[in-house]
Amino acid sequence: MSMTLDTNKKIGIFLVCAIILAVLPFAVGSVLGNAWVRIIDFALLYVMLALGLNIVVGFAGLLDLGFIAFYAVGAYAYALLSSPHFSIHLPFYITIPLGALFAAFFGVLLGTPVLRLKGDYLAIVTLGFGEIIRIFMNNLNAPVNITNGPQGINLIDPIKVGGVSLGSTIEFAGLSFRSVYLYYYLFLVLTVGVVIMASRLQHSRIGRAWVALREDDIAAAAMGINIRNIKLLAFGLGALSGGVAGGLFSSFQGFVSPESFGLLESIMILAMIVLGGMGHIPGVILGAVMLTIVPEVLRSVIGPLQMNTLGRMVIDPENARMLLFGLALVVMMLVRPEGMWPSKRRKAEFRHAKENAAQKG
Amino acid sequence: MADVLLQIEGIHKRFGGLHALNSVGLTINKGEIYGLIGPNGAGKTTLFNVLTGLYQPDEGTFTFNGTNLFRAKPHKVVETGIARTFQNIRLFAEMSALENVMVGRHIRTRAGALGAVLRDPRTRAEEQAIREKAWELLDYVGITDVAEERARNLSYGHQRRLEIARALATDPLLLALDEPAAGMNPRETDDLKALMSKIRDGGVTILLIEHDVKLMMDLCDRIAVLDYGKKIAEGVPEVVRKDPKVIEAYLGAAHA
Repeated sequence: MSMTLDTNKKIGIFLVCAIILAVLPFAVGSVLGNAWVRIIDFALLYVMLALGLNIVVGFAGLLDLGFIAFYAVGAYAYALLSSPHFSIHLPFYITIPLGALFAAFFGVLLGTPVLRLKGDYLAIVTLGFGEIIRIFMNNLNAPVNITNGPQGINLIDPIKVGGVSLGSTIEFAGLSFRSVYLYYYLFLVLTVGVVIMASRLQHSRIGRAWVALREDDIAAAAMGINIRNIKLLAFGLGALSGGVAGGLFSSFQGFVSPESFGLLESIMILAMIVLGGMGHIPGVILGAVMLTIVPEVLRSVIGPLQMNTLGRMVIDPENARMLLFGLALVVMMLVRPEGMWPSKRRKAEFRHAKENAAQKG
Repeated sequence: MADVLLQIEGIHKRFGGLHALNSVGLTINKGEIYGLIGPNGAGKTTLFNVLTGLYQPDEGTFTFNGTNLFRAKPHKVVETGIARTFQNIRLFAEMSALENVMVGRHIRTRAGALGAVLRDPRTRAEEQAIREKAWELLDYVGITDVAEERARNLSYGHQRRLEIARALATDPLLLALDEPAAGMNPRETDDLKALMSKIRDGGVTILLIEHDVKLMMDLCDRIAVLDYGKKIAEGVPEVVRKDPKVIEAYLGAAHA
């Protein structure tokens, strides 16, 4: 009896979520304006990125500070294959998977030299790798112009589904779907895909091997797990999701330049995971959404707030935003180091770490 | 002559200036319980780490069940049929007991990332089989009542048993146990002894490091003694016990 109730409840929650997600762009668009729909689109991209990085950092426990490189690879792959830059205009169902595979290849490429590294050392090398990719993008305009250097690539094709361009407005069933709405639905579908991929991986033979690797790599090796392969698989699959998000970003923006793929972006994505709850998919989604939306809210609130209360700008809104953001991170790590919505397992790990520290101190 | 399962010869392992293993050779036959004893720092655990691929030996030969395992990677060693436990228990602390054993099935199962994502019937069947086998093994070592508990929360004796179950999950031909009775009371030690006999009767050869001399004399078919990285004696327990070199190593020259 309770089983059927639970199932009904699950279906109920699922339906409510589905309806909310389906009408979200219209609700947000009519209340807050289409700029906010665009922000939600970005939130979905960041959810995909964070879930990708979560495979590497959260599941397998490999600290990666250069994850944005795979986003960049996916974005540039799409940009080069669907823009006037090379006059190549391949359809998205070729360019997105190709970009994802290319990113995964780079993931393995990065993974190979760092197999023996752990913790801080791994973080430094991945950080360097992320920068190398960005600097390559910046400088691959001579002697042969591949990436168009710091100017970036412009006029990238929007995604076309069945002859309909997502870059235009469509009238359907009396509703007008703007480009940001159309992209919202596409991103939503792919985000759900990434969520399913990540959650199924987590609860599989591979996912167990990752947890084993994270908890004790020597015991994992002694239990017959091929450490090299399982690490490379984590890097590859994480990069794959990053590559997909990159391709989508490219088509959505219509423009890419190396500037979009700086170290701060990598740190932001890592912060999404840490704040949300490392290794826990719902937590990571929450973290990604919060860290995309909250800074935008602050951006639109801080300026007017100062004008209304103090009558002048005391602190530049951009600076205040970063200040508050940094403060929030510090407070969060002090008060709730396991994140906003951790998995039970992570929570236990943190609790035990704390107890051990208390015993020693 | 009995069937040889594991044979090493002339194994050397140096750590900087320390010659941890100095030309160690030994032969383990199928179906026996083979004991390894020696004073602290004699190189027992180093030898274990060499035999399970965690350390790469500098010189020597290492064959197991007809396969050359010299400098083989740990997963290759496990695949060939050697499983181990650790002196200081190394379970996956935040995983449940059941999940720990399920990890042990990794090497004997094949489902990859694609199978995991698609959840095709073959993957689901394999996952089901992993779960059933893990339950079976928990039952075999007698700890099904704590299957869903986190490994960290188990009692010491249960953790030791769980480590054995996890090692058995890899379908080993040789089970290498590093001080499994350390810290156990006499009653738990007796239970462990019964479990080891059961495992051996089930067809798994056992290599055992232990300080409990009485336990070793009772249980082992043959014993090798290491001292300062060298094998100083090998044979049936009664002979080894009376060997003057062994007595000297343990008690000092005056007693020899």
